[in-house]
Amino acid sequence: MPLIQSQVVDIHGWLTLTEFTDLITISEMTPGPIAINSATFVGTQIAGLGGALVSTFGCILPSCIIVSLLAWLYGKYKELVVIKGVLAGLRPTVVALIFSAGLSILVLSFWGQRGFTWDILSIDFIAVALFAAGLFLLRKFKPNPIFIMLGSGVIGGVCYLLF
Amino acid sequence: MEKNLKNYFKLFKSTFFLSAFTFGGGYVIIPLMKKKFVDELGWLEEEEMLNIAAMAQSSPGAMAVNASILVGWRLMGISGAPVAILGTVLPPLIILSVISLFYAAFRDNGIVSAVLKGMMAGVCAVIFDVVITMGGKVIKAKKLLPILIMAGAFLIYFVLRVNIIYIILFSGTLGALVSLHDKKTGKDHI
Repeated sequence: MPLIQSQVVDIHGWLTLTEFTDLITISEMTPGPIAINSATFVGTQIAGLGGALVSTFGCILPSCIIVSLLAWLYGKYKELVVIKGVLAGLRPTVVALIFSAGLSILVLSFWGQRGFTWDILSIDFIAVALFAAGLFLLRKFKPNPIFIMLGSGVIGGVCYLLF
Repeated sequence: MEKNLKNYFKLFKSTFFLSAFTFGGGYVIIPLMKKKFVDELGWLEEEEMLNIAAMAQSSPGAMAVNASILVGWRLMGISGAPVAILGTVLPPLIILSVISLFYAAFRDNGIVSAVLKGMMAGVCAVIFDVVITMGGKVIKAKKLLPILIMAGAFLIYFVLRVNIIYIILFSGTLGALVSLHDKKTGKDHI
């Protein structure tokens, strides 16, 4: 996000800071990685659909090049002990990093923007209930996670509107 | 895997729908990909999926885009990558192009905010479910080093806020060194 801000607001002046903040909000509300979402949004604001296509293409090109190279190297050398070793070291790290991301989102969900506090009463109990129910259903019945996400969105949406 | 039109379309359709539901950050695509490509379609082994996640995370660029390039490449070679990329990039492109036309109304809409707030709890559940499964496997394998790496990486990243690049470099190097040593000594530490 700081990188996007420095390019889009500071250097090129394509968006004002307010518009940029809106962009961040929208990008977090819509599916897709924030980098792609930002690229599409900025591109649309500047030059319509053509702008969206161009900036999205620019956004994914480095990934395409670097990761394709990585994929080719992996395909060719994956049996090497060194490569196997690197991945064996990275696998538990990735689990830890995904857990970190999940925990951050959990704090955001339960405590909101202000973040974690020891004040238990300030917790969003609807969020806790949705989380607990979702996790229980996932562990027990192994449904398609998309149903859980949609379900918690609809049920949660109704609850939040009512209370 | 057979490179027929049906499989290409399946790859495209899968990445398209996964991307369309990647709410709340790029990380959530990993559990979704695991459920789809490992559990449901059986096209990948779980360890391969984790390798892909590791490489996607270690490369610059959006994790979801990186992961889909790797999945596409792994499943159908050089022609699989563009198919997967297209599937991943189209949903945000379409959705955001539409929304940016009336984004102020969208942003301020009460119903949208409420549904998204509800969805966030669901996303958490999905992420925790996969973490429990994958973390559980690391623990059940009963090798001390991976367990230490997992716990250490979490503490260093979440609590100490060390830059992710250092963590990746360190654990990758550690893994390489230990593997080479294991090969020489015939042990199995990692």
